[in-house]
Amino acid sequence: MQPETATTPALEATVLVSVGRHPVTGRARRADQDARGVELAKSLPNARVGLLYAGHLGSDNESALRGYLGMGFETLSLLEQPEGADVLPALAEALEASSPQLVITGERAEQGEGSGLLPFLLAERLGWPLVTSLAAVESVENGQATLLQALPRGQRRRLKVRLPALLTVDASAPAPRQSAYGPSRRGRLDTRAAEASEDTAWAEWQVQPARKRPKRLKIVKATSARDRFKAAAAKAEGGGGQVLSDVTPEEGAEAIFKLLREEDVLR
Amino acid sequence: MSEVQRRDPRREWIARNRLHPQHSEVMAELGRGAASEWMGPHGVLRRNPHAVGFTGPNGVKRIDRSGAQQGVTGGGASAAAAQQKPRVEISDPAFSVVVVPDMAGGRLSGHDRDLLGLARRLADADDQAPGAVLAVVFGAHKESGFEEAGIDRLLHLESSDVTGYAPEARLSALGMIDMAWSPRHWLLPDSKLGGGELGRRLAARLGERPVAGVWQVEADPGQATGWRCITRGAAESLDIQRELPRIALALAECAEPVSDIRHAATPVALPEPLPATLSRIEDLGQVPVDPAGVALSEAEFILSAGNGVRDWDGFHHTAEVLGATEGASRVAVDDGYMARDRQVGATGTWVTARVYIAVGISGAIQHLQGIQTCEKVIAINMDPGCDMFKRADLAVVGDSTRILQALVARVQQSREEQRDAA
Repeated sequence: MQPETATTPALEATVLVSVGRHPVTGRARRADQDARGVELAKSLPNARVGLLYAGHLGSDNESALRGYLGMGFETLSLLEQPEGADVLPALAEALEASSPQLVITGERAEQGEGSGLLPFLLAERLGWPLVTSLAAVESVENGQATLLQALPRGQRRRLKVRLPALLTVDASAPAPRQSAYGPSRRGRLDTRAAEASEDTAWAEWQVQPARKRPKRLKIVKATSARDRFKAAAAKAEGGGGQVLSDVTPEEGAEAIFKLLREEDVLR
Repeated sequence: MSEVQRRDPRREWIARNRLHPQHSEVMAELGRGAASEWMGPHGVLRRNPHAVGFTGPNGVKRIDRSGAQQGVTGGGASAAAAQQKPRVEISDPAFSVVVVPDMAGGRLSGHDRDLLGLARRLADADDQAPGAVLAVVFGAHKESGFEEAGIDRLLHLESSDVTGYAPEARLSALGMIDMAWSPRHWLLPDSKLGGGELGRRLAARLGERPVAGVWQVEADPGQATGWRCITRGAAESLDIQRELPRIALALAECAEPVSDIRHAATPVALPEPLPATLSRIEDLGQVPVDPAGVALSEAEFILSAGNGVRDWDGFHHTAEVLGATEGASRVAVDDGYMARDRQVGATGTWVTARVYIAVGISGAIQHLQGIQTCEKVIAINMDPGCDMFKRADLAVVGDSTRILQALVARVQQSREEQRDAA
C-alpha cells in the first residue's frame, strides 16, 4: 500500500516449531513458546515468515502441527526424521540452504530431553549471534535488529544485534493468536526428506515420569536442647537492623536514600 | 596520638570496686562491661559471678548453662560463631570444580549457594585427593560471605567488557578458564538470570553435551565420571537418570549449601588478559518499565503502605518517583485506600522483592510471613516498638508523610545533579 514498504526487500524470517505437550492432558498440541514465536514473527512489519519443523510426523503430531497453520499460514516445511532422532544436522542444513535473516524459536521443547540446547547449538554451528528470552522486536533496519529482552522480575533490556541472528522466545512474549480451524485444515505440510542422525546417548538413559521433588527439610544444627527449642519457636527476626530514632525527616530520608542507592534499585 | 599506653589508677580502682556507682560505666569503657570472665594482668583468669546470666522477662535472674550466652550481652554470639567455623585450606588440589554463580543483585543467591554446596560435594568426595572449588564472578559485587559459601579460589573479572549483558565476552573468558584450569566439572545455575544461558553457550562452544535441570546428584562407581544425576526433561514432566557429564546446569535445591566450615576464597587471576572480542550483540541498557504493570509477587522494589499512612497522594507520588511497585497491608486494603490485588501478606501476595519499604506498617505476623523472602526491609513508623522494626534492616522512627516528602526531594535532587553532570 505504502510505496516505501513496497521498495524495501521483505525480511526473511523462519520460525522453528515443535510439537508440544499439554501440561494436564499430555496430548500433543502446538508448543506454547513456539506459538509465541510465530505470533512475534507475524507481528513483524514487512516480513515473510516461514515455518520449519524437523521430526517425526505421526497422526497425533499432525493435528498439533496444523495448529500452527491455523495461525495464518499456507504451508509448513517439514523435514521428515525418525522418532527420537537428533534434528540438529537437518535443521542446520535447511537453514544454510534457505539463509533467512531471522530465525525465531521457543526456548525449550515440551517433549523429549527438553534441555533447551538446540538454539545454542544451531547458533554455534551457523556462526550466528543468539539472543535469548525475547519479549519484542522493536525495529529491523540496516541489517540490525533492536530487540527487547525479558529479564526476571518483569524488567526489560534493549539489545541491538546484527543479522542474521537466532532469537529464542519465552513466556514473556505476546500470547499467540487462536488457531483457526479452516485454514489449519486447508494448509499444506510440505514434506522434504532430510538426512537423519541418531541420538545414541538418549537411548542409554533411564526415563520415567517425573516424581515430586522431595521438600527440603529445615536442618537445625544445634548442639543443645535450648538451641533446638529456640530454632523451633523462632519468630522471624532480621537482627542487627539499624534503628534511627530522634532524627529529622531529612536525615531519615538520607539514610533510606543511601540504602536504595547501595541496592541499586533507583533508576 | 601517642602509642604509649597509660594506666588510669582511679579507673582501675573503680573497676575493682563493683559497689562503686560508676562501676558499670568504667567496665563498659574498659571493654569488659558484660564479660563474666577475663584474663587478669598477671595471667590469672578472673571471674565475675555477678555478671553471669541475664535478667529474664519477669525480672528473675536466669543462667543459661548451654554455653551459648556469656554474660549479659548475647548480641555478639552470631558474629563469634562465624569466627569459630573451622577454616579449610586446600593448597594443592587434585582437580578443580568451576562454578559460575548468577550473583543476582551483586550477592550470592540461595540458588548459587546450593550450587556451591553441590560443588563441594563433588570436590570433597575423595578425602585423599580433594578438589578446589573455583568461583567465577563477573562484574562488581557486594558479597562478603564467599568463604562461608565454600569457595576455595575466587576469580573476579570486572573489566568493562564483561560487565552488563556481554555473553560473548564472558564466554571467551570461560573458554580461557577451561584451558587454564581444565576443570573436572563445570557447574552453572539453570536459571533465567544468565546462568542457564551462559552454561548452554559454553557447552555449545566446547562441543560437549551438557545436562540441564539437574536436581539430584549421587555417587555411582559404575559411571565413567563416578556420578549420576537425575534431571527434569520435557517441560518438567520427565525424570531422566543419566551419567553426570562435565558441564552441568543445576536447579535450585540440588544440594545442601555449605554451613559449618569456611574455605579460603583465595583471589586468583587469569594467566593472561582477556582478548578483545568484537561483540555482535550490543547492550543498550535496561528499559524503564511501568512499575504498576509488574506483578506484585515478582516485583523487585516495593513501597508498601499501612494504617499509618495519612497522605495517600503523597504516597502514590513517592512510589512514582522511586519507580517502586505499590503494595499495601490488609488494613489499608480493607479501608479502601488500595486495591485488593495489592495486598501483601498471608491472605494476599507473598512477595519476593529485593528491597521492601514498609510505610506505617506495624508488622502483623501475617504481613511478616508475606515478606519472608525479601532481602532488605526498610521500615518507617511512628512507634519504635513495633514488630516491623525487629525485621527491618533499616528502621526510621518518625512521621511517614514528612519522611516520604524528604525522600522524594532527595531523589529528585540527586537526579538533577546527575543530569547536570551529564
